Amino acid sequence: MNHANTTTTIDLEVYRYRPELETEPTFDTFTVPLRSDWVILDALNYIKDEIDGTLSYRWSCQMGVCGSCGMMANGEPILTCASFLKNYAPGPIRVEPLANFPVARDLIISMDDFMEKLNRIKPWIIVEEEKPLEEGEYLQTPEQLDEYKQFSMCINCMLCYSACPIYGMEPSFIGPAALALAQRYNLDSRDHGNQQRLDILSTDDGIWQCTFVGECSEVCPENVDPAGAIQQYKVASTNDWWKSKLMPWGNKK
Amino acid sequence: MPHQTSLKTVKRSNEPFWWALFSAGGVIAALCVPVLLFMTGLAIPLGWMDAPGYEAMYTLFENPLSRLVILVIVSLSAFHWAHRFRFTLYDGLHLKHLNAPVAFFCYGCAILFSAYAAYSLYSF
Amino acid sequence: MSYGRYKKNHPWLYHKKPPLLWWVKKWAYVRFILRELTSLGVAFYVVVLLTYVNAVSQGPEAFAVFSDWLKSPLSLGLHGIAFIFVLFHSITWFNLAPKAMVVHLGKKRIPGRIILIMNYSMWFVVTAGFFWLLTTV
Ligand code: SF4
Ligand code: FES
Repeated sequence: MNHANTTTTIDLEVYRYRPELETEPTFDTFTVPLRSDWVILDALNYIKDEIDGTLSYRWSCQMGVCGSCGMMANGEPILTCASFLKNYAPGPIRVEPLANFPVARDLIISMDDFMEKLNRIKPWIIVEEEKPLEEGEYLQTPEQLDEYKQFSMCINCMLCYSACPIYGMEPSFIGPAALALAQRYNLDSRDHGNQQRLDILSTDDGIWQCTFVGECSEVCPENVDPAGAIQQYKVASTNDWWKSKLMPWGNKK
Repeated sequence: MPHQTSLKTVKRSNEPFWWALFSAGGVIAALCVPVLLFMTGLAIPLGWMDAPGYEAMYTLFENPLSRLVILVIVSLSAFHWAHRFRFTLYDGLHLKHLNAPVAFFCYGCAILFSAYAAYSLYSF
Repeated sequence: MSYGRYKKNHPWLYHKKPPLLWWVKKWAYVRFILRELTSLGVAFYVVVLLTYVNAVSQGPEAFAVFSDWLKSPLSLGLHGIAFIFVLFHSITWFNLAPKAMVVHLGKKRIPGRIILIMNYSMWFVVTAGFFWLLTTV
């Protein structure tokens, strides 16, 4: 660490919202050292340590795993621990809380809505009947794992929700990550919750609000491709609908 | 079926019906429309391609199979337009609250157009 | 259901709806709206196509009148714009299709690349087919 050697700096325009002080958000500009190994999160930590200790934001792992440091940088949802300052030089960088969510304070959004939706899609393995312990584990081949692996990489960072204009306009939309996670369990060979989830997700708030803007997949740091998951879900749900209309006697799984 | 009780409370969407027509129309339009539009709307009027004479076109359309193909193309494409345009209005102009009239207008146009197409192609 | 129910217990939450024309600010969103508007190009052409068949059905005079209209600057202009739109529709449609389609061959999943190639070959065959049809009639 040799702060002293730093010659160049970069400005951060940081979104401030302190509900006890103001009813509308404002922006504060902070000048921080432009170090080549610093990410935006380092700059925020520098501001909090050296300039203004009241700045509030979330972070934890600092290595793109926990998914808590998502914010908007110049209008794009990013993980601040994975976005280097130098890529934004000469700046300024406008740092805002994740779009489309209610803001609780400064860069902190309320994620209640996402947590509720996540829960609604039953993100766990549903089995019809538990096997007795003696029968051993629920085994899976590498091919079976490949079927859903991509969708299981989600770190719940909610960047996709910020990129989704549909979610911005219709907060009732279940949204990209939760739908991708539903698909993650649907495609798991050990899971039998397909029909239960389909019943939830083929409602109007489920997949049918999606018009395949596709930006959720563009911003996802884990390449989960929620947009793809939702389209696949539409195909499955459509097949299911036609089956139930054309063959109402056909028994549902 | 242990989940049946909870099922009662959710309303399944009828969206799959329209979405299926939208998708089928999307495929048909993607495959057929560029080449047809280019030939009849640009290449022939501009003289880049020889204009097929009236007799030739008449013989072509006299064949019920070609009229059937045209009916499939125009009506599925119309439903493709209806569904997509409906959502363009919702998304582009925040019109979700006008769901019923917008849907009625879009699908209504597609249905009327398809009926007209079927009638006029049948009575060629 | 909206954020209303959260705001009830947390009145300090700050939330704003996106502006009416939310899509003008970002190229990716503009492109999305343009992609959705390609349906207008499709709609325009199917009306023209049906009119074309009807003109043939009505006899040589009607056909000549319609052929003349097709040569008018208005028609050429509309067709020119519509052509760009329908091309954009085809390209985006074929490019996005592999995301929606998961096709298995036996136990193996067919990679998206192959589906893409299949889509474009099909497009080529259909295009060539119609071209052949109209040049040989
Ligand atoms: S799908 Fe991607 S962008 Fe969305 S929450 Fe999961 S990791 Fe983040
Ligand atoms: S701090 Fe954990 S993902 Fe950025």
